[in-house]
Amino acid sequence: MIETRELTKHFKDVRAVDGINLTVARGELVAMLGPNGAGKSTTLRMLTTLIPPTSGSAEVAGFDVVRHQREVRLRIGYIGQGNGAGHSQRGRDELISQGRAYGMGVRAARARADELIESLGLAEVANRTVSTLSGGQRRRLDIAMGLIHAPELLFLDEPSTGLDPQNRANLQEHILRLRAEHGTTIVLTTHYLDEADSMAERVIVIDHGRIIADDTPRQLKAKHVGDRVILGFAGPAEAAAAARASGGEQRGDRVRITTDDGPRLAARLAALGPDSIEVVRPTLDDVFLTLTGRSLREDASTPESELVEA
Amino acid sequence: MTSLVTDTRVVFSRELRPVLRDPFTVIFSMIQPLFFLGLFAPLLPDAPDGGSSLQWFVPGIIVMSCLFGSSMTGSNLLFEMQTGSHERMLVTPLRRPALLIGRALKEIVPMIAQAALIVAVCVPFGFELHLAGALLGLVVLAGFCVGLGALSYTLALASKNKEWLFWTVQQTLLFPLLLLAGVLLPIENGPGWLQTLSRINPMTYVVDAERALFNGEVLARTTLDGLVAAVLVGLLGLAVGVRAMRRSD
Ligand SMILES: Nc1ncnc2c1ncn2[C@@H]1O[C@H](COP(=O)(O)OP(=O)(O)OP(=O)(O)O)[C@@H](O)[C@H]1O
Ligand SMILES: [Mg+2]
Repeated sequence: MIETRELTKHFKDVRAVDGINLTVARGELVAMLGPNGAGKSTTLRMLTTLIPPTSGSAEVAGFDVVRHQREVRLRIGYIGQGNGAGHSQRGRDELISQGRAYGMGVRAARARADELIESLGLAEVANRTVSTLSGGQRRRLDIAMGLIHAPELLFLDEPSTGLDPQNRANLQEHILRLRAEHGTTIVLTTHYLDEADSMAERVIVIDHGRIIADDTPRQLKAKHVGDRVILGFAGPAEAAAAARASGGEQRGDRVRITTDDGPRLAARLAALGPDSIEVVRPTLDDVFLTLTGRSLREDASTPESELVEA
Repeated sequence: MTSLVTDTRVVFSRELRPVLRDPFTVIFSMIQPLFFLGLFAPLLPDAPDGGSSLQWFVPGIIVMSCLFGSSMTGSNLLFEMQTGSHERMLVTPLRRPALLIGRALKEIVPMIAQAALIVAVCVPFGFELHLAGALLGLVVLAGFCVGLGALSYTLALASKNKEWLFWTVQQTLLFPLLLLAGVLLPIENGPGWLQTLSRINPMTYVVDAERALFNGEVLARTTLDGLVAAVLVGLLGLAVGVRAMRRSD
C-alpha cells in the first residue's frame, strides 16, 4: 500500500524528513509516534500528495505521489491536523460536497453523509454552522469527511487530539471497525501512547525526521526496555546484599532488576525475602525514553527520577 | 466520472452556499460604496443637459462595489488555508483549476445582487433604468469581477500565512484603481499624466462601458472596449490564479 525510498523533505535548513524507508502492507494499522517537530505531519503531507519530496520517492496505493497525484488522491482519505470543514459552512453541506468532490452523485453523497452523521454522533450539530461547534465536534466532523468515500487507505494526523476520553474511545472503535469490516489500511500519528499501544500492531517511532524504531508494541518494549522487578527492603544494607545476590541495581533501600519475563523473575526473587515486590511492565514512553533520552509524556519533567519511583 | 465542469460546479456551489444562507454578507462588502452613494453623490452638480447626476455616477458605483467585494474575497481562502479546509480540499481529486475557477465564478452572484440593490435604492431618487443595457452591463461586469476575484485568490495563495501581506497589497491597490478609473470625478479635466495613467487602467474602460450601457447606449465603441477590457482581466486573472492553485500546498 505504501512504499517509500529515502523519502526526504527539507525546508530551507530544516531537515523535516530525513530519508525515510517505509513499507506498509494492505490492511495494516500503523501508528507513527514522535515528539513535536519530529516530521510526522510532513511525512503524511508527502504521502498524500500535498507537498513534493525534496528527494527520494513514495508510492501510495500503487501510484507515485509526484507523477500520478490524481490516482493517489482518488484512493486515499486524509484527516489533517487542522479542521477540514469550512467555518462558514454547515457540517452536513460540507460532508455532501466532500462526497461530490470524490465523484459521488448528489443522492449517494447525501445518503452517505446521513450514515456518517449517525455513526459519529453528529446528528445534533450537523445542521449548525461549523464555527459554532466545539473543538471535539469539529474533529468528529473532520473524521466523517475523511471517511465519506470509504477509502482503501486512510491517513489520520492526530485524529484524537482535542477529544474527550469517551469520544476518543468511540473514535478508536470506529477506526478498528473500519479495518475489520473493510480491510482499510490505516496510518495515524498520535501523541497518546496508550492509543498507539492498544490500537496499532505496528508502531513507528520517528525522531528528527528519521525512523528510529519500527515494530509491534510488544516487541518494542521487550527489545528496548524489558520488564523491571523492584524489590523493597527495610534498609540500604539489606538492599545492597540483595543487589549482590540478584545482580540488580541498588538505589537506597530498593533494588531494580531488568528482565524479559518479570513475573517469573519476581517469583524466584521472593526467596531473598524482600518487604515488597513489584513488577513493572514497560510502556511505549519507556521505549521512547530509552531510544531518544526524552519522554513523550506531557507530565514527565525528570525522567530519571521517574524510573526510580517506578 | 468527474470532469473539470462537474468539479467546478462542486466548488462553485460550496462557495455559494454560505452567501445564500446568510445574504447579509453581500451587503457587508458594499458598505463603503453605499456611503459614496449617500454622502458623495448629493455633492455632484446636475448634468449640463439638466439630467440627474446619478445617471453618470451610479454605474461607476456599481463597478466600485464589484471592485471592493471581489478584491476582498481572497480573505475567505486565506482563512481556509489557516484552518486546514483548503488543505483538505487539496487532497481530494478535485482538479486544481476547478478549485480556483469555481471560486472566482461565484463572485458573479454577489455582484449581481449588489448591482440590483444599488439600482433599487437609486431609482426613487431619479435614476432612470434602461433594462437591456443594464443587463448587458452586468455581463461585462461578470468578466471583470471573475478576473478580480481570481487575482484576489492568487494574492491569498501567495500571502499564505502572512495575512497582513494580503490586506496591505489589497488596500494599496484599491484606491488608485478606483480614482484612476474616474469613478468619483471625471478624468477628462485632469492633467495629462493622470489621463495617461487612467488609460492604462483596465477598469477605466469597464466604467465607461457601464455608463454607456446603463444609459441605454448599447451599440457604442465604449461598450466594445469595456467588454474587451473585462474579458482580458477575466482571462488574465484565471490564468494567473490557476497557476498559483497548482502550486498550492
Ligand atoms: N512549511 C514549512 N516550512 C518550514 N518548516 C516547516 C514547514 N512545515 C514543517 N516545518 C518544520 O519541519 C519540522 C517537522 O514538522 P512536522 O510538522 O512534520 O512535525 P510533527 O512531527 O508533525 O510535529 P507535531 O507533533 O508538532 O505535529 C519542524 O521543525 C517544522 O518546524
Ligand atoms: Mg504534526
